[in-house]
Amino acid sequence: MRFLLDTEQAEFGRTLDRMLGAAGTPAAVRAWAAGDSGPGRALWARLAETGVFALAVPEEHEGLGPLPVELAVAYVELGRHAVPGPVVETAAAAALLAELPEGTGAAKEWLPRIASGDALVSLASGAAGPYALDADAADAVLVADGDAIRLAAGHGPLRESADPARRLFVPEGGEVLARGPQAAAALARATDLAAFLTAAQSLGVGLELLRRTVEYVGQRRQFGVAIGTFQAVKHRLADALVGLEFARPLLFGAALTLDGEEIAAAKLAAGEAAYRAARAALQLHGAVGYTEELDLSLWLRKALPLRDAWGTPAQCRARLVPAAGGPAPWRESSAG
Amino acid sequence: MNLDFTPEEDAFRAEARAWLAAHVPAEPLPSLETEEGFAAHRAWEAELHADRWAVVSWPEEFGGRGVDIFKWLVFEEEYYAAGAPGRVTQNGINLLAPTLFDHATDEQRARVLPSMASGEVVWAQAWSEPESGSDLASLRSRAVRTDGGWLLSGQKTWSSRAAFADKAFGIFRTDPDAPKPHQGLTYLMFDLKAPGVTVRPIGRLDGKPAFAELFLDDVFVPDEDVIGEPGNGWRIAMSTTGNERGLTLRSPGRFLAAADRLAALWRERGADPAVRDRVADALVGARAYQLFTYANASRFAAGEQIGAESSLNKVFWSEYDIALHETALDLLGADAELADGEWAEGYVFSLAGPIYAGTNEIQRDIIAERLLGLPKGRR
Repeated sequence: MRFLLDTEQAEFGRTLDRMLGAAGTPAAVRAWAAGDSGPGRALWARLAETGVFALAVPEEHEGLGPLPVELAVAYVELGRHAVPGPVVETAAAAALLAELPEGTGAAKEWLPRIASGDALVSLASGAAGPYALDADAADAVLVADGDAIRLAAGHGPLRESADPARRLFVPEGGEVLARGPQAAAALARATDLAAFLTAAQSLGVGLELLRRTVEYVGQRRQFGVAIGTFQAVKHRLADALVGLEFARPLLFGAALTLDGEEIAAAKLAAGEAAYRAARAALQLHGAVGYTEELDLSLWLRKALPLRDAWGTPAQCRARLVPAAGGPAPWRESSAG
Repeated sequence: MNLDFTPEEDAFRAEARAWLAAHVPAEPLPSLETEEGFAAHRAWEAELHADRWAVVSWPEEFGGRGVDIFKWLVFEEEYYAAGAPGRVTQNGINLLAPTLFDHATDEQRARVLPSMASGEVVWAQAWSEPESGSDLASLRSRAVRTDGGWLLSGQKTWSSRAAFADKAFGIFRTDPDAPKPHQGLTYLMFDLKAPGVTVRPIGRLDGKPAFAELFLDDVFVPDEDVIGEPGNGWRIAMSTTGNERGLTLRSPGRFLAAADRLAALWRERGADPAVRDRVADALVGARAYQLFTYANASRFAAGEQIGAESSLNKVFWSEYDIALHETALDLLGADAELADGEWAEGYVFSLAGPIYAGTNEIQRDIIAERLLGLPKGRR
């Protein structure tokens, strides 16, 4: 057993971090929220060069994947840098398309474009809600309804999200690509992948909220000293770190098994930890944290929607303790 | 990155599981915090030791199997999953032994470790004093040089299991003129039956006489029972606190087993949907703790030091333990009030978690200052 990232995986994360840090992501997020997807698409193009979007696409469709551990590493960084757009949905759509029955042609058409970063694809699944994220900017919108999967023909008007950089639309019409048990099974796996990548994104959002808050409380002075010297402040941040650091191994545990219950556990823990980090960040920034001008707002507004997207805490818990009961799903695997 | 156990580790797991299935008492032993229970647990330790399961990670010469940290984790998982008794020897095995491995002489190791492994000598930790809890460096009990050794005087308190234990280890002030409070301290072992030692049991919150106060009046300790260099006790002691907060005291196996029992209790008691979320949180917490530990064990196996991260561990498991037991008590309803219930006992014990091994307030300061880099301030 070596339950640690290897050197290449860790370096991949650092490379993305450096690249996104230098790319002026906050400006792209603000433009995206205003309906200008240009800077965001430019960012996607640079991300694609690192192979991020190819990680979810199978090799036979010009991808590199699927590589769940690398995906987790990458999506933590996408969260840390608040990268706008349907990043999770595009990867989940890739997983869905790759498993659709032969002959639909959609996989052949879209997967190479997803891998190269040329196509942003959104995904709406009735079970997770009626909205397709960023359908206006996406090149395609997949809609899952029961065991039918269709390619939407259009979408309704913008429904404003609590996070303006998450632009929500109800998709409309379109042709059915596939239907039946195979499509339903593909959808189930794609939905799990979306939950898994949202968990990774949440963890990144939480880590960045904590980092920015630590920096702030080290500088902000009240009563003649930095507020970071106060025990009440320290303890709130310490608790935020405990939450995030115990969500991290669940995320990578889920990456190794891609088991639905492990993913639900990771989604629950990462979503809650990021949300608690956001609450701490807002409280400790005080009134300045309540303003839109401060870049902190870009992450603050993500924490709650990501906690609830692709599996609310209640849905995750219900999956882990089904009414019929039974031992924890990972006990047999851990008992060899 | 993987979570795979080797075939050899799987075989070790199977061997441990088979032994435990054949040996774990069918009826739970009486509480180890009573005289009767202490004796029963000491006998259990001897049984474990006879087949070399008492200290699996120790070298074979001291009664262990010399296994690495992953096999130790496997053993602990199986131990608690089998419902095996709590370890009466844990203060010695988890706190003193790592100190001896790191700082003692060969003679001391050969003399002390085998009888600790067998349960023949049970050790208590004598650190806290009435005015020195979290601020341990303010301790006042002293050791004064005498012919061939030291004379201990002072008072130690809240010493777990010292009411029935045989020996104790702690730090004492040997240089009262040292410029700083954590200098001039010496780490040593002493006999609780020695002349000059008065042990006064203190009833705990659960009424059991498991704590003790120790009054020391010119208790002689020979030089051979000093660990490391005199005056260097603080550094040696701090290497023990890492063990206490980190991996060894609360292995994930314990919480995995407890979470499983909680899920079973939830089902037995009618699967109340109002409690389901807390049961889910207990399952997730146990898995998170297990995987966090695997990651730390991987770092450890790769030669890295686990430092202030052990404070993350301590805050996590201590808060988790209470939440888990509170959930169980809610499920038990009126029966939760019965003091002799397994969950009720566990609950009272869990309440001590955020207090001992360095209070959680101190742990959060450590996390904030050493892991997050926040400025030091007044406590």
